[in-house]
Amino acid sequence: MIGRRPVARRAQDLGFRLVLLACLGLYFLLLGVLLYDVVRDGVGHLDLGFLTSFTSIDADKAGAEAALWGTVWLMGICIVFIVPVGVATAVYLEEFADQSRWWNRLIEVNIQNLASVPSVVYGILGLAFLVRGPLSLGNTVLAGGLTLGLLVLPVVIIAAREAIRAVPPSIREGSLALGATQWQTVWRQVLPAAIPGIATGVILALSRAIGETAPLIVVGAATVITFNPSGLDSQFTALPIQIFDWISRASNDVNDYRPLAAAGILLLMILLLLMNSAAIWLRNRYEQKW
Amino acid sequence: MTESKDGQEQAGLRPPLGIREPRPAPTPRPARAQPAAPREPVFELRDVAVAYGSKLAVRDISFDINRNEITALIGPSGCGKSTLLRCLNRMNDLIPQATVSGRVAYHGQDIYAPEVDAVEVRKRIGMVFQKPNPFPKSIYDNVAFGPRVLGMKGDMDEIVERALTHAALWDEVKDRLRTNAFGLSGGQQQRLCIARCLAVEPDVILMDEPCSALDPISTGKIEDLMLDLRDDYSIVIVTHNMQQAARVSDRTAFFTVTDERVGVMVEIGATERIFTDPSDERTEAYVTGKVG
Repeated sequence: MIGRRPVARRAQDLGFRLVLLACLGLYFLLLGVLLYDVVRDGVGHLDLGFLTSFTSIDADKAGAEAALWGTVWLMGICIVFIVPVGVATAVYLEEFADQSRWWNRLIEVNIQNLASVPSVVYGILGLAFLVRGPLSLGNTVLAGGLTLGLLVLPVVIIAAREAIRAVPPSIREGSLALGATQWQTVWRQVLPAAIPGIATGVILALSRAIGETAPLIVVGAATVITFNPSGLDSQFTALPIQIFDWISRASNDVNDYRPLAAAGILLLMILLLLMNSAAIWLRNRYEQKW
Repeated sequence: MTESKDGQEQAGLRPPLGIREPRPAPTPRPARAQPAAPREPVFELRDVAVAYGSKLAVRDISFDINRNEITALIGPSGCGKSTLLRCLNRMNDLIPQATVSGRVAYHGQDIYAPEVDAVEVRKRIGMVFQKPNPFPKSIYDNVAFGPRVLGMKGDMDEIVERALTHAALWDEVKDRLRTNAFGLSGGQQQRLCIARCLAVEPDVILMDEPCSALDPISTGKIEDLMLDLRDDYSIVIVTHNMQQAARVSDRTAFFTVTDERVGVMVEIGATERIFTDPSDERTEAYVTGKVG
């Protein structure tokens, strides 16, 4: 006769499932409390005035305009830097590099390692080579954007390589067999087919860059700024820096900066959510089934 | 058996593939009227050998491939017939450590000579692969890709229509040229790949088991197409399906694999002779289904 499992076995099953659910529940609880706390403090401040005012000693009048535009500039510079450099590196490694050569393998291992270097180290690199040193760009938004670009470049390279590798060899063979050169094959067949994967990787890389604080502090982002960047050589601040500044200011009965910080966090989270949604949409919409 | 096979053929059906029981040799198509002049060779292979690293894949291959003929390469798996086919348009260049020795002459010119560019070779010698490999683009762009990268002159719409018509696909796709090629059936995809190949006006078409992923009806269409194309092109086809070799080819080369796992060519001749009166007992055993 096939009957029910013994009670002990069923209890064990149930117990295990409860432990898993409890872990999941704890995670959601923490996230929920955090979100609730931020929304409760910040949502009152998050209006058009917040987006169109500069920071101020007067907490009631302060806004995140300079930080928002600083972040937009940083992301723009970052994208202009990482897309060509990252894609070109990935194309070289996937399509042209002879993997039996030691220097190509060395480059590969290094890129993997660079992806896990702490971000503050990139800040020091940016300070030494971009802000001062050979390039001497100063504490400008260009130096900040390039530093963030260096930070997320390995992520872009790895994502682009995976997207390129996912294009089946039969496509390359089909193109080459028609008399296309290797360059034409890469440019007209492989890259177009890999674009959705590359774009997803770039957005995910930017969503890491947008929340970075440490490297920007090291390369000298300003905290109290009452103008938007007007060019590549402008001084700048960014949302995470602004949030950090508001949190670290002493609050009293007259000036309470904590709701400002919460509103800044909400703004940053909304931007992040939009970017990640765009990445998911891109992936689902254009993903190629082979 | 023979009569019933012919009956099935007329009905557009093929005998099931892959049967390995002994059976009578397939009946070749009646030989077509022989041309007055002896055929001009397109390819002359002399002592060709291919190695991957230190591993020899095929050796001692010498034979001619004639113009406006269909040459079939048959033989058991691992006998190097696909490897040899890929020598003819230098697709083996893509495999690191693949080396070709001997002489592969195309219209008298050694295509492995240092001054010869593999890209130039492939412009003239097209290839159709085992699995249909359309580009992830529209039907139109699939056909137009080759002419575009080669910078061919002329009206692109015309080039595309001509190639699709030539590949017997035009009527099926003319109303959806801008739709993705992945929406076509497997057999249509393979005819699209043939159209793509025809669009660059090659001289020779190499086919590497072009029907192995297709059903019998699609196979029949591709075979009819090959017979049509023979008047304008020279075709070399690798096939595991001996019925197919017998049905479409003018000449058949039989390959086998030695005890050292190296592919060699046993004999080549008119398809009718290879299937009815082979001169080597290994060929006879293979074409009658006793081995392989």
